[in-house]
Amino acid sequence: MSYESWGRWIPSTPARVVHNLRDTTDLVLPYGLGRSYGDSCLNNGHALLDTRELDHFRAFDDATGVLDCEGGMTLAEILRVFVPRGWFLPVTPGTKFVTVGGCIANDVHGKNHHRAGTFGRHVRSLELVRSDGSRTRCAPGDPMFAATIGGLGLTGLIASAEIQLRRIESAEITVERVPFRSLDEFEALSKACDATHEYTVAWFDSFSGAKGIFFQGNHAPLTLPARQPRGEGARRLPILPVLNQLTVRAFNTAYFVANARPKPQRVHWNPFFYPLDAVANWNAIYGRNGFLQYQFVIPEIAGLDPVKEIVNGAARSKLASFLTVIKKFGALSSPGLLSFPRAGTTVCFDFAARGLETLLPMLERFDDVVEAAGGRVYPAKDARMSGPRFRRFFPQWEELRKYADPQFSSSFWRRVMS
Amino acid sequence: MKVAIIGATSGIAQEVAKIYAEERATLFLVARDEAKLSAVAGDLRVRGAVVETFVADLADRSRDEAIVSAAGEPDVVLIAHGSLPDQRAIDTDARAQSEAFALNATSFIALIAHFATVLERKRGGVLGVIGSVAGDRGRRSNYVYGSAKAAVHAYCEGLRARLAESNVAVVLIKPGWVDTPMTRGMKKNPLFASAGSVARGIHKAIGARRGDVYLPGFWRWISLLVRMLPARLVKF
Repeated sequence: MSYESWGRWIPSTPARVVHNLRDTTDLVLPYGLGRSYGDSCLNNGHALLDTRELDHFRAFDDATGVLDCEGGMTLAEILRVFVPRGWFLPVTPGTKFVTVGGCIANDVHGKNHHRAGTFGRHVRSLELVRSDGSRTRCAPGDPMFAATIGGLGLTGLIASAEIQLRRIESAEITVERVPFRSLDEFEALSKACDATHEYTVAWFDSFSGAKGIFFQGNHAPLTLPARQPRGEGARRLPILPVLNQLTVRAFNTAYFVANARPKPQRVHWNPFFYPLDAVANWNAIYGRNGFLQYQFVIPEIAGLDPVKEIVNGAARSKLASFLTVIKKFGALSSPGLLSFPRAGTTVCFDFAARGLETLLPMLERFDDVVEAAGGRVYPAKDARMSGPRFRRFFPQWEELRKYADPQFSSSFWRRVMS
Repeated sequence: MKVAIIGATSGIAQEVAKIYAEERATLFLVARDEAKLSAVAGDLRVRGAVVETFVADLADRSRDEAIVSAAGEPDVVLIAHGSLPDQRAIDTDARAQSEAFALNATSFIALIAHFATVLERKRGGVLGVIGSVAGDRGRRSNYVYGSAKAAVHAYCEGLRARLAESNVAVVLIKPGWVDTPMTRGMKKNPLFASAGSVARGIHKAIGARRGDVYLPGFWRWISLLVRMLPARLVKF
């Protein structure tokens, strides 16, 4: 078992790994599946609390769809068990290999943010184990609940949570793919489709400025015969770190051409929500040094100009962002104190951790644009924003600090507090 | 179908139980740690099983009759408890060695013997027993655990011949390295299998009433090789 973060840019050097909070008096951080990209899931020089064995269902109410499970339960397992029974996750990020505790601690969002808001909105209650030995259940309205949603794992161990699942008729999604050639076109598509489609997201070619594909989907109604999935498992593949400007350009062109067909299709939920999960170690493509994700949100009132400025800046830099994703967040607010999403436009880049002397100053300039527009950068993906910057993006940090467990900390937290 | 699992909170046993739960089996679970057992039982109920639990320290022989009578008449029994001692830590501790042997061999054999009688009387069923590749050859790094498993292996081979007359199959499972809480302290290598994949193999072997089963299957060949090594080479 390795205890890395997904971006692998920041080496993970925990002093120890424990499976029970009582087994350490050191500063500690719960560690689930390590899918945070930067250092928010690391605790270098201190202890990690492995939550992998905290993976039991506790109860399920078939009438209401409320699932009670332990914090280390994975979304993959929830889907495997509950999709055949006609239930789906209320919100899911782009990988199913994450834990419920991680989804809460990062208040993750998905392709349905404009309809459903963040994961935290669907948490009915959660049970928190603190270093003083207490075990308390908190619910929406409690200050400790608000601090824990998006609280980066700092308020204590999320031992269990009750989550509201949503009904589905079939395991399939009807999906349409619409090509666009500029951010304005993307904006128009988004405005039109967010009303008719539960799931929307767009991929774009970061070299071209904004040539891309807009994906829109809805849960498909029940029709027979149902399509059989090709399997939900993930394979580890031997991956060569082949990312460079040339291969990414070639991929982007091929991907654009292959997907530019707006005819609606029915696809299984697995490839629709989790295309990258088919390869268990896709992060290996970035090579030994890993990669940096950069996700920001620009509020609606600031318009598209700051987004264009950053997207054009990335295109000019010639740094290859393998997967670049753009989405409009909706206005539904999160109960979480430090929740990242807000109404506006979010863009996510991932840059191989090479050419850092160009990359890091560029991201610093992007931060300037984001800050001037009143936006923010996503802590779950961050590995480099400065402490003062974080504290200006999230002025609620002082409130979180009040509710944080004194024994809990993370590499991220120490970085942005300094 | 009713499945009795002894040592139900072990990493492998939990995964096997999940598969039976999805088949809506009735599960009779025995384990020592009450809180852990109750978490496991709750999980299996959500997955579709009817679950009965029995808390007992399996090192304590005085509870065997109570366990067996509470189990009723299962169709499948899986004996899966045990512990992997740190061999170097007990190298010079005779008491710890005999305790480890008692848990991994004597308690196994006692419970197998009890359930063998139950299934024999019923004239049908499968007795699944978790052995180990460690029992195929004594080795420096785990000879107490290995010798206990070797005892279990030999016992099962003889018992299998006896129970065949009563239509009861003895399925002896020999896992290699499995990524479970039991092997937490070990450095992981590519030969480690997930508990889930080993559990699928166990479920399949029990369903097919197979004899000796290595899981994953390639351990058959590793084990064969290790058994053929001359003694002076077995220093690991």
